[in-house]
Formats: sequence, structure tokens, C-alpha cells
Amino acid sequence: MSAHEHGHHKETFITKYIFSIDHKMIAKQYLITGMLMGIIGVMMSIFFRMQIAWPEESFEIFKIFLGEDYAPGGVMRNDIYLALVTIHGTIMVFFVLTAGLSGTFSNLLIPLQIGARDMASGFMNMLSYWMFFVSCIIMIASLFVESGPASAGWTIYPPLSALPQAIPGSGTGMTLWLVSMAIFIASSLMGSLNYVVTVINLRTKGMTMTRLPLTIWAFFVTAIIGIVSFPVLFSAALLLIFDRSFGTSFFLSDIFISGEVLHYQGGSPVLFEHLFWFLGHPEVYIVILPAMGLVSEIMASSSRKPIFGYRAMIASIIAIAFLSTIVWGHHMFISGMNPFLGSVFTFTTLLIAIPSAVKAFNWITTLWKGNLQLNTAMLFSIGFVSTFITGGLTGIILGDSTLDINVHDTYFVIAHFHLVMGISALYGFFAGVYHWYPKMFGRMLNKTLGYVHFWVTVVCAYGVFFPMHFIGMAGLPRRYYTNSAFPLFDELADVNVLITIFAIVGATFQIVFFWNFFYSMFYGKKATQNPWRSNTLEWTTPVEHIHGNWPGEIPEVHRWPYDYSKPGHEDDFVPQTVPMMEGEEELHH
Amino acid sequence: MTSLLIFLVLAFIGIAVWQLTKIFDLTQVGTSKDNSEVANDHDNKVNGYLMFAFVGFIYLFTIYSLVAWGDLVLGTPASAHGSEVDNLMNISMALIFFVQTITQFLLHYFTHKYSGREGQKALYFADNNKLEAIWTIIPVIVLSGLILYGLYTWNDIMFYDEEEDVMYVEVYAKQFSWEARYAGEDNTLGKANVRYIEGVNTLGVDMEDPAANDDKAVTGELHIPLGKKVVFKFRSQDVLHSAYMPHFRAQMNCVPGMVTQFAFVPTVTTAEMRLDDKIIEKVNKINKIRAAKSLKLVAEGKEALDPYTFDYLLLCNKICGASHYNMQMKVVVDTPEDFKKWLAEKPTVTKVWKDANAPAPVEVKEVTPSQVVDSTVVVAQVIK
Repeated sequence: MSAHEHGHHKETFITKYIFSIDHKMIAKQYLITGMLMGIIGVMMSIFFRMQIAWPEESFEIFKIFLGEDYAPGGVMRNDIYLALVTIHGTIMVFFVLTAGLSGTFSNLLIPLQIGARDMASGFMNMLSYWMFFVSCIIMIASLFVESGPASAGWTIYPPLSALPQAIPGSGTGMTLWLVSMAIFIASSLMGSLNYVVTVINLRTKGMTMTRLPLTIWAFFVTAIIGIVSFPVLFSAALLLIFDRSFGTSFFLSDIFISGEVLHYQGGSPVLFEHLFWFLGHPEVYIVILPAMGLVSEIMASSSRKPIFGYRAMIASIIAIAFLSTIVWGHHMFISGMNPFLGSVFTFTTLLIAIPSAVKAFNWITTLWKGNLQLNTAMLFSIGFVSTFITGGLTGIILGDSTLDINVHDTYFVIAHFHLVMGISALYGFFAGVYHWYPKMFGRMLNKTLGYVHFWVTVVCAYGVFFPMHFIGMAGLPRRYYTNSAFPLFDELADVNVLITIFAIVGATFQIVFFWNFFYSMFYGKKATQNPWRSNTLEWTTPVEHIHGNWPGEIPEVHRWPYDYSKPGHEDDFVPQTVPMMEGEEELHH
Repeated sequence: MTSLLIFLVLAFIGIAVWQLTKIFDLTQVGTSKDNSEVANDHDNKVNGYLMFAFVGFIYLFTIYSLVAWGDLVLGTPASAHGSEVDNLMNISMALIFFVQTITQFLLHYFTHKYSGREGQKALYFADNNKLEAIWTIIPVIVLSGLILYGLYTWNDIMFYDEEEDVMYVEVYAKQFSWEARYAGEDNTLGKANVRYIEGVNTLGVDMEDPAANDDKAVTGELHIPLGKKVVFKFRSQDVLHSAYMPHFRAQMNCVPGMVTQFAFVPTVTTAEMRLDDKIIEKVNKINKIRAAKSLKLVAEGKEALDPYTFDYLLLCNKICGASHYNMQMKVVVDTPEDFKKWLAEKPTVTKVWKDANAPAPVEVKEVTPSQVVDSTVVVAQVIK
């Protein structure tokens, strides 16, 4: 157990803010880095949306941000369009929604909510953040190489990603992408190991597994999925490096390009797809489960009611985690793999809809007959459930191999995964920030700005992604630099313009959030110890951060975290530290 | 200069928001409103109403989308299995629309109905096994039904009877165009591999293979006969491509080093489809747009756009490089007689090869047996 000598710890600026081993500081580092990467990722999306809406137009902003090489005369180059979608996807999925979401909240909440002084290994925790930081730098550096950044899609299928002759970005840019991701994966694994060990070993007295808040269950299971699946992407990346640089043929065979036959023989791109999606699918659950955990917690506290179906929620988390490892083939229905596999994966994929449905119904029931405190965090949590339902339902279409035939790789897919990741998980992230901001920074975010941020964001988000279902079902493929090569798609042009306008407005409006975030850090109203009147342990720590979290002994826990509005108690909340009264029954042990 | 101006505008907007926030906060001083930044009864009421209004927005936007863009969705399918696919799609869509309507309503209505009030007490309702059972079992039953229907259709599409009367056509993908090869009278495609690519033999056909003698290679237009099951064999020369023929509800990746396949029966000729009401509507709409665009182009001194007539399409649908967005081939469904006529005019690969390589002796490249992969054997194997 890592004990910290509070009061005698001589801290410098470096050890407090830069190379800190305190989980609370590391959480904030993940948060801010994730947010900054998010700005870059969103800007890229605005650029390529502009190109789609107004094809081959010259834009001043392209001249400024893309330069003469990538946008000659202010017109985006066609392969640079592909580079932008590639890096956008990579940054958003990994750097923002995995590191920025899990990294921030697992680090912040695990020790605080289980009653531990810090993570099992503060040093490894610090290392995991700094490796994440390095991977960010390398990924950004890849934007500046002459031949361009990786351009084969965030899914980087070979041979396109293996052969610089196939697209310039598959040269140095792709190499840097692979290096960045290898370091990112190492960082992620270190973090995950820490989370698992801490949850198992460092719970305080009385904190049994069934007294853990759902946030902890979510982070714990997410970490396990990560440990199981990230190494497979690492191996795929390694084999791809071998094919690219050492002449092996893991993924390549019988290729004629740039006027010559290459030497590769015997490999298969489909193998890469299997390896990639073996991580790729669990990855999206690594993204959404922490958001689910955060939302469950916020909803219970804000409804002044227990989360409905605590045990069913835990069972669903575990079921989702298990099933997520056996559905990856639904990304590959028409990859050329044996159609029988397609049948198997359709079956498992539609199964995973069931625990997800259970969770959605449980959240709705949590609201029923509650006393809903509609803080911004709660609004985003409700928005999370709303968009998760919408996005999840279209997953039923995509998970059915027969239906996937005509919508695979179209805008229908883009609509689906953005609704569940780009909106739903993002709302979970926002909800988490709004709710735990007082814990992180000791101040409150401005309420009015929060409401404004929420309402403009939800409208714009719908406006961007809902129309995409229709253009997808019209047959519009993804990753097209322009749609003007097909007269068939001329009637989709207006829809694309509408989408882009919503996107520009929505993205620009995030300034309100960033403003609120940074301004309130210094000038926000000072927070009280437990502003939301919640039951969980993090609200029993002092507002000013101290190493080791509690000034004296770590509190002992006597009940589960969801005794809100429990009959027999005067207050509408009973913190976990409050002992059972005479004759009081506990629902779970 | 422009960037400086943009930066200044953004900076001023930032300052304006900052000052406006401060002014607003000042106006709240002395009012009975609390400044705890925690939601009070008034906030709960307002946002509760807004949430309920939001489900109205969702419904309206959905209806608007269906009305405005419903006809963008592909219409009459042009293949035999296409109607099965569309049926399954319609059923699935109906189901998810139903679930969406109800759940979104409940979610947003509850938010409004139970918005927080001073003195209101929540109900301590932590679990109910019966409810959990209901909303676990019902999805299981409904989804099982969908799965079974889906799998039945999938098997129908992906596995074809070897005894069936089929026609083999190879579709060859490369950066950034398509080529097709017909199997000829013997209905057998000659062996091929990229290592045989040379000069006019762009498909890499093994000229020594007798099965290749009557093969015919075409570019630009892919013709297929009405009512005959066409088994497409896909090959790729360089990177992953995907043969997407949306009107036929057909798609299959083209993988270098592997032969993949997809089969369907075309059921509507190009001529017939051009007379379809929905298609006529679509074509008119598109031509109106193109005409408007052409006016603009001509005014700028550029060429006008060609008017659009409907044609089936084969497009690339797997990211394959810089010109991925313009890798297409026209697909034409002919009556069997027209198809025969069309194909008869095309030269065989042998003839094309001989013509290009008359009379000087050409050095035959030595290809060792171990290098030759029988690429007509489908790896995505048919299972009986």
C-alpha cells in the first residue's frame, strides 16, 4: 500500500504538476490532454466536412492549416482528405474517448470511490500518462512529414497501409502512426493493470464488491477487456511493421503495383482484419462502458433514487464485456471470409443487444418517480441514454449480415458509430466533467453556460448525424473525397451541406464549454465538500487535494452507494460511511 | 492578414462572452436566486419542459427526415434476393422505429414529469426481478426471430447450388478502375495471376490455360443477362477494393491474393428500370440539379455537365487510395438476346493477345509452378 507522508512532502512545481504520482493530478493531465487532442480531431472533421459539402472549393482556412502542399491553392488534395479522416478517427477513438475518458475518470475515481490512498502503483500510473503524452506528440508529428500522415483509414487495412506506392501517407506517416499506437497501447495496458489491481486489492474496510459504485464496476471490467484485447492490436501492428520494413508476407500476397509484381506471397489482408477487429470491437465497449458507469452514478445521485437494478446492471456490464470479444466479425461480413462465419457473428452480435437493452430500460426506470435534479451533468446523462438507444438500435440493422451487404462502408455506418461513440460516449464524458469538476478543481462550473452548452450541442449533434442514415441507405460510400463523380449522388449534395453547417455550428459552440472549463478553474465559485449531496466516498475527502486523500484514517463503509430517499432516514441521501441504524436492512451485501 | 482578422474576431467574441458572463452574474447579486451553481426548482422546471420539447424535436426531425429524404433510399431492387433483403430491412426498421418512439418518449417524459421540486420525495425503488425478466425475455424473443429470418436470407444469398445454371464473370479491381472477364462457352475462367500481367494482358490471364481461350475481357461497361444467376469472381491487383452494386443489394471485398465471390440473378433490365416511376422521379430531380449547376459552370467559362440517364453502377466501397472516390464501372442488364449480341462483338483474350504480339517472337516468361496460385478456386468456399 503506498502511503504518503502528508505535510512533510516537499513538492516542487515539477513533482506537483508535471511528474506527479498522485492519481488526482494524473487524472487532470489525462483530461486536459484528451481535450486538446479532441480540439485537433474535431477541427480535422470540420475540414473534411467542408470539402464534402463544397467539393474542390478553395478555402482560406485550408491554406492556413493545411498549407500549400496538402491544399494547393486552398483546395484540399484528394489523398489528404483520406489522411484527415484517418487521423480524425484515430485521435477520437483512442486519444480522446479511450485515454481521455477512461484515463481521466478511472484515475480520478477508483482510489477515491473504493477508499484507497492512491493507485496500487503511483509510479506506473505516472508512466502511463507520460507514455500517452509521448504517443500524442508522435501522432501530431506525423501530420508534418512530407509524404503526409497515415491515410489508410483509422482501420489501416493492408495492403493500402503497407505500401507507400499505394498512397503517400503509407510511407513515413504510417510508420509514425504505428510507433505512436504501440506506445499508446503500452500506456493503456499499464493503466488497465493498475486499475484492476487497485480495485481488487485496495478497497477499504466494508467495501465489498457489491457495495462498489457502478462507476468502479464499469472501469474495472473495461480495464479487463483492454488487457485482453489491446495486445492483439499490438501484435497486428508489429506484424504490419514486419511486412512494411522486413519483407515478410503476413498480410500481403500477389500484388502488382506501380508497374511491377511485388515479392509478397502467401499472406492475407483478411488476417489483419481479424486481428484488428479483435481489438477494434472490444475497443468500442472500452469507450462506452466507462461512460455507462459515469451516467449510472450521476443518474442515481441526481434522481435521488437508487440506480434501478444494481445487480442486473453489473451482470449486463459483464455480459457486454464477454460478448464484446466474440462479435468482431460483424465488421467483416463481406470481407471475403467464409459466409458461415458471418452467420455465427450475426448471432453473437444480436445477442449483445440484450444486455444493452436491459441497461437502457434500467436507466429509464431510474428516472421514474424520482426527484430529478436537472444539473447539466444529469442532462448530459439523459442525453447519453437517448443517443445510446438511437445509435444502438441501428446496430441491429448493421449486425444482421444480410442487411449489412448494402450498407457496409456507407454513411449509415458512420451515422451509427458516431451516434454511439461521437455523441453518446462524448455526452458521458461531458456529464462526468460537469459532475466531478468540483472534485477535480475545487470550484463549480457556471450553471447557465452549462445549460447553453448542452442544449445547443444536442440539437446540432442530431442535425449532423441523423441525416447520415438516409444518405447511407441511398448508397453513399464513406471515405469519398467528393461525391460529384457520381450523378447518382447529386441529390445528396443538399443533405451534405446541411450536415456540414450543423457540424460547424456545433463544433464552434464547444467554445462555450472550453471557456467555462478554464475560466471556472480560476474564477469559479468555490465548491463545498459535497455539492451534489451524493453517497459515494469521493465526497468525503476535503475540497483541497491532499496526497493520500483523507487527512486521517480512511473511512469505513457500511452500506451500498445508492441509499437515496431511503425510508426511515431524514435526509434524501445516506453516505456509504453512515452505519446501519437499529433494525435497518441492507438490500445487498 | 485574413488569419489575423479571424484571430482578432475570435478573441473579441471570447472577451465579449467573458464580460457578458460577468454582467449576468452581477445582475443576479441581490436577487433571491441562489448562486450555488447547483440546479434549483426553477432550473429543474425549465429544463424539464425543454427535455419534453426535445422529444418533440426528435419526433419532428425524424418525420421531416423521412418526408424530405425518404425517397433517397434505394428503391426497387434489381436482383432476385434483393426483395428478400428489402423485406428484412423494412421489418427491422419498423421494429427499431417502434422501440425508438416508445423509449425516447418515456425517457423525456419522465424527465419532465419528475423534475425536482423542494419537498418532493423520490420513490426508493431499487429493483424488481419481474420487470427485469420481462425486458430481457421480450428482446430475446424478438431478436431471435430477426436473427433466424436474417440467417435464412443470408444463407440463401451466399450459398448457391453448384448444380444451378450459372454464368461466371470475373470482376477485377485495381487502383483506380475495374475490368471484367467473361468465361465464354466453356463457362470456365482461365487461370490468372498478377505475375502474368504483361502488355495487353492486363488481367494476368495464363494464356497457356485452354480454359482461357474463349474468355473475353471488357472495360467501361459490364453487361449481364436478365434472369440468369451470375456468379461474380472478384480479384484485386493491388490493395483492398470492394465491388458495391447497390441496386442489386450486392457487395463483396476484392482481396489481393484471394478470389472472393458473390452471386445474384438480375431481375430488371436497364431499359425496364429506366421506366420505373421512382427512377424517373430521381433522374428528373438529378437533372434539375445538374442543369442549375451547369448554368453556374458555363457562367464561369467552364464546361456544362452532361445530363444524367439512369444506369446501374459498380463502385468501389473500400478505401483504396487517392482516387477511391472515382472508381466506377457501368453495369447494364440486357435481355438474354441483347446480351448475346453484345458479347459476340467482344474479342477473346487470346485474339487480343495474338494481335498485340504478332509477328515477332516474344520471350515467354518462365513462371515456376510454385508461384502459380489457382486463383479460380474460391477461398470463401461454398459449403454444401
